[in-house]
Amino acid sequence: MRQSTAAEAVLQRRKWELPAYRGRATRLKPADLFVYAAGALILIIAICAAFPQWIAPYSPTDMMLDAIMQGPSAAHPFGTDYYGRDILSLVVYGARDSLYIGFMSVLVGGLAGGAIGTISGYIGGAVDAVLMRIVDVLMTIPGILLALAIAAAMGPGLGNIVLAVAAASVPGYARVMRGQTISIKSRPFVTASRAIGATPFSIFWKHVLPNSLSPLLVMATLGIGTAILTGSGLSFLGLGVLKEIPDWGALLSQGRGYLTVAWWICTYPGLAITLLVLAVNIVGDWLRDRLDPKRKEG
Amino acid sequence: MQSLLEIEQLSVGFRTKRGFLQALHDVSLTIAPGETVCLVGESGSGKTVASKAVMRLVDYENGQIEGGRIALNGVDLTALTQGELRSLRGKRIAMIFQEPMAAFDPVYTIGYQIVETILRHERKTKAEAKAHAASLLARVGIPEPELRMKQYPGELSGGMLQRAMIALALSCGPELLIADEPTTALDVTIQAQILHLLQELKAEFGMSILLITHDLGIAAQIADRIVVMYAGRIVEQATVAELFAQPHHPYTSGLLRSVATLDTEKGDRLYAIAGSIPSLSKLPEGCVFHPRCPHATDRCRASAPPLVKRGGREAACWHADALLQDGALSAREAQGEATDRGESAGAALWPDRGVSSVVAPEHGESAVVVPNRGLTAHEPPAPETVRVLLEEGKENGTTQAEQAKTGSVELFKVEDVCKYYPIKRGFPGRSRTFVRAVDGVSFSIREGETLGLVGESGSGKSTLGRLLLQLEPVTSGRVLFEGEDLTRLGASRLRQTRRHMQMIFQDPYGSLDPRWNVGDLVGEPLAVHHGLAGKEKKQRVEELLAAVGLDHGILSRHPHEFSGGQRQRIGIARAIALHPKFVLADEAVSALDVSVQAQVVNLMQDLQQKLGLTYLFIAHGLHVVRHISDRIAVMYLGRIVEIAPSRELFRRPAHPYTRALIDSIPHPDPRLRTEPAAIRGEIPSPARPPAGCRFHTRCPLATDRCRSVSPDLLPLDGDRSVACHYPLQ
Repeated sequence: MRQSTAAEAVLQRRKWELPAYRGRATRLKPADLFVYAAGALILIIAICAAFPQWIAPYSPTDMMLDAIMQGPSAAHPFGTDYYGRDILSLVVYGARDSLYIGFMSVLVGGLAGGAIGTISGYIGGAVDAVLMRIVDVLMTIPGILLALAIAAAMGPGLGNIVLAVAAASVPGYARVMRGQTISIKSRPFVTASRAIGATPFSIFWKHVLPNSLSPLLVMATLGIGTAILTGSGLSFLGLGVLKEIPDWGALLSQGRGYLTVAWWICTYPGLAITLLVLAVNIVGDWLRDRLDPKRKEG
Repeated sequence: MQSLLEIEQLSVGFRTKRGFLQALHDVSLTIAPGETVCLVGESGSGKTVASKAVMRLVDYENGQIEGGRIALNGVDLTALTQGELRSLRGKRIAMIFQEPMAAFDPVYTIGYQIVETILRHERKTKAEAKAHAASLLARVGIPEPELRMKQYPGELSGGMLQRAMIALALSCGPELLIADEPTTALDVTIQAQILHLLQELKAEFGMSILLITHDLGIAAQIADRIVVMYAGRIVEQATVAELFAQPHHPYTSGLLRSVATLDTEKGDRLYAIAGSIPSLSKLPEGCVFHPRCPHATDRCRASAPPLVKRGGREAACWHADALLQDGALSAREAQGEATDRGESAGAALWPDRGVSSVVAPEHGESAVVVPNRGLTAHEPPAPETVRVLLEEGKENGTTQAEQAKTGSVELFKVEDVCKYYPIKRGFPGRSRTFVRAVDGVSFSIREGETLGLVGESGSGKSTLGRLLLQLEPVTSGRVLFEGEDLTRLGASRLRQTRRHMQMIFQDPYGSLDPRWNVGDLVGEPLAVHHGLAGKEKKQRVEELLAAVGLDHGILSRHPHEFSGGQRQRIGIARAIALHPKFVLADEAVSALDVSVQAQVVNLMQDLQQKLGLTYLFIAHGLHVVRHISDRIAVMYLGRIVEIAPSRELFRRPAHPYTRALIDSIPHPDPRLRTEPAAIRGEIPSPARPPAGCRFHTRCPLATDRCRSVSPDLLPLDGDRSVACHYPLQ
């Protein structure tokens, strides 16, 4: 009993001596706050995408001819555009297509590129040589040009945009995953598994793949923003979604011409893209840390 | 006596993510001019932190000196600014690091880096500095110093770089040289050369040396005084002769007894200190050593003993006087004493069972049946069968092993195996350049024996091990396992055969998948070969963990949560999971601390007896190899130069290379200091091996015949073969 109180006293003193570390464990770390904020933001954008009519003050197709190109005000918090449409409503309604293009094209491109890269790196030899030469050829073409060519060949439409943007991102994913797979393949635990008599497929599936996924995750979270912008580029060139409700990319390119006279037209959609990308990145980083067994507490 | 360096009550802490860690606790030591002091202790004991604190380098690693003073010639270093310290670093205190490769900047030449240091501290012209650097390089034994100065670090071997590092450290004539494990990354032959160089230079430059090492052999060879550290505290300090004659602290005594000396017998258990060094965040109350101490009492658990002076030496133990009177603290292991406390491996896996369930193995019969074993590998996944097999091993392990030694049934037979790696891809039709990693090796491993395989790095011993398990394809030659040529087996047959031969890896950190938990890691071979899952797998894994002395409550934990020794036990549990016949241990204990090394060696010996295992034990630590092996093969540049029973080999080495290797071992006994330079030079590149006998470039006995005719590996006497024109000379 006496001993334990003595120990407590020592602990108390320790805490007192080191004020900077006192109560560290109980306080919410700033890093966690960021993750919560990012999660909340993604949730809000997701709600916008699912139920825009709940949030938007106006219909995105309403053209208020008495309020053309007005700056932010109480009635139009984000202002109005050349046709008198409410920017806030456009941004809210545009979330759906933007999110769709962003997430779907990363998913498709990441899966395809990741698969090509891991297979190429793991099997090696002739398969690797052939696949990587194809990827090299694709890499020589700028991403936007590749997407443009594919979109032009397949015609406009949301699905085609996703495919075009995804195809443009395949070489990058393939290169990164190939390198990662090759480095994991030479780690001792893979040899250890081979020495046990595990089949090449089970080594690939159980050891190589789980250990090589984290750079893909990071790349994918960064890729969402790029995908939205590439999609908007295609929309700008007339190969995107031809609907009355523009996505964020299209809004951005439409407003670009008015940047000097009406900054709000492209600023708010741009801000939406930036915030979404930032939020996805923060959540992606957090996810990567969570998936790393070394970072778990205890 | 005026001391050069005086450290008083030094405490150092580190700010980390998990809070504040106290790495050094009231450390006091002095170094007199011209004295060599060795800091010894296991990894995690704070040796390196102490040396970095002297240079105030801890400031750059989130560390902070919390109390005490460090005085160099009376000047308190803890009070100086970093700017003032910079003029001391390199000039009056110099440091040599463990990894010479990492300590040089790869983008500058060796010469540039030495000249830079000289110019910073001394008023010399560039030409003078260059000349000085060249003379230093020549002094530390680097041939053609002017040429080497123009080379980049990547172009020199590890041994050469360490010499260059010493030259760099000496460049401004420091008063104190701090060497942090300067030879740990080097081969034993090069280590001997470097240690002798350090001693010569010490006298020549009149400096003091603070040498940090975990190897008591090195300390015995070079130290004047030894300071033993444990968990950030000094537990004992004494002169080298006193310490080795009579340690005053149970930890020192344990360390000394853990070292496999050249006179232990195979089968003897090595003394091991139970458990492992505590982490700084979870230090025990009272004496930090008490959880591992065989003499701990309630007093040790309650309060920490102070460092008490006793006739010119110090020890921090409550019971030092009593233990000394009882003679409980000895430096040597008493004959036949098995004190492996709390580590009785296998007790849980092999409880005494009725002999009725045990099928007695017939040796001749198994030899006949064996070639088909690979085919019948798909046995029903019955843990009971495996357990019976294990028991069978227990009941008959010893006799089996002995039979095997006399009967010499060959488990592995390697015939003229070569492995060449292409280094320059030639155009088709043009000749290529190869690294001849293994070049025409033939030998056999007998059932139940332990064959040791030694040689410097670059001799091809690891490659040979991997060829044996067919982890790499051979360039030519045959590898016969129980009469079956593994090089001709198809991929799926080979996978089936792999269950009979397993491997323990050098790196217990890298060889376990960091994302898997212990249950899955140890269970992986069971899942692969027996299709075990769920409860059955869990039960078997728990038995295996008990067999290697681990608690079964760790199933869901991940590799990074364990110490090196514990991880190596997990690796061993994986290796024995399928009851293999053969286990390749590739430097299995090299990465571990001495006391933990002894635990793992004991475990491996126990398992061999109980399971009738055959080992190929690859290592560069000759003490351990001698202790565990029945026979030892010595490799040099891709060839076996001698293979002999281990006692014979050590008593009467037939090949000059074997003799040189043995002479290079630092004896953990200060009374037996080795003669300088047992062997000259370094191992040549395996891409361009010398003509004739490959060893002739370093051999003291070489003649014209050696330079032109390559000797074959021929039987000499008894059970030994040697590849030398003039054996036993």
